Amino acid sequence: MAIFLEIFSKGSDLLSNISAVSISLLAIFCAIMIIVSRHPVHSILYLVGVFFCISAHYILLNAQFLAVINIIVYAGAIMVLFLFVVMLMNLNKSLNKRHYLLLRRGPAIVLSVVFSLVLLGLFYSKVNTVSKYQEVLSSGNIGLTQSISAILFNEYALPFELTALLFLTAVMAGVILARKSKQINNSQ
Amino acid sequence: MTLQYYIYLSFILFSIGVLGVLVRRNVIIIFMCIELMLNAVNLLLVAFSKVHHLEYQLFNPNTWIGAEAQVFVLFIMVVAAAEVVVGLSIIVMLFRNTHSVDVNTLNRLKH
Repeated sequence: MAIFLEIFSKGSDLLSNISAVSISLLAIFCAIMIIVSRHPVHSILYLVGVFFCISAHYILLNAQFLAVINIIVYAGAIMVLFLFVVMLMNLNKSLNKRHYLLLRRGPAIVLSVVFSLVLLGLFYSKVNTVSKYQEVLSSGNIGLTQSISAILFNEYALPFELTALLFLTAVMAGVILARKSKQINNSQ
Repeated sequence: MTLQYYIYLSFILFSIGVLGVLVRRNVIIIFMCIELMLNAVNLLLVAFSKVHHLEYQLFNPNTWIGAEAQVFVLFIMVVAAAEVVVGLSIIVMLFRNTHSVDVNTLNRLKH
C-alpha cells in the first residue's frame, strides 16, 4: 500500500499513473492465469494478454516502435505458432491427468534464496537514489523509429546482419527437425 | 511512476515465469513461461533506457542516448523468435515420437 501512496504522491500525471497501475495489475493477473489454467489454449490466450499489457507499458514509456514490434512479433507471430502447435497435437487425452508437479526441491530452494537476496537488495540499495525515484513516465523521443534505426544501422549494423544468419539457421533447423523422417520411423 | 515500480513489476512477472517452469508439467506451458520471463526482462530494459535517457535529456533535449537499450530489446525479440522456432519443432518431434508433452516422460531424451 505504501508503494501505491508513494506512486500517487510523486506522479505528475494522475491519468498515466492510474493506467500504468491498472495495466500492471492486469498483466500480473494474466501471468498468474497462464500457470493456473488447465487447457493450453487458454494459457496461450492469457499470454497474449500479458504481451498486450507489456506493449501498453512500452507506449507509456515512450517506446512506441518496440510496442508495435512486440504486438506484431510476439502476439502476432510467435503466439500463433504456439496455437498451431497446440492445435496440431491432440491434447484432449492428457487433460484428465494431474497437471502440476510437486515443486522440485533443489531448484526451488536455490531460486528462492537468490530471489529473496535480489529483493533485499532492491529494498536496501542506497545507490543512486535520484534515478531510483525519478519520474519515468514523461515525454521523450528515443522510442521512435528514427532514433532506433539511426543506432541500429550505424553502430549495430554487423549484429543486425548476423540476425539474418541466425534466422536462416533457425529456419533450417525448424525444417529439418519438424519433417517426418522415414528412417526414424522405420527404426522404431 | 518511478523506476522502482517497474523493477518490482518485472520482478513479479519474472518470478511468475520461474514458478511456472518449476510447477507445470506440460512442456508447452514451460516454454510459454520462458517467453514470459524474456518479456519481463525486456520491460525492465526499456524502463532503464528511459531513465538513462532522462538523465541526459536535461543537458541536451535532442539526444538519442538511451535508445541503445531498445536496440538490445529488439535483438532479444529476434533471438526469442529463433528460439521459439527451434524449440517448438523439437517439441513437435518429441510429441510425434512419444505421444506426450509431459516433462516426466521426456526426461530421458530418447525413444
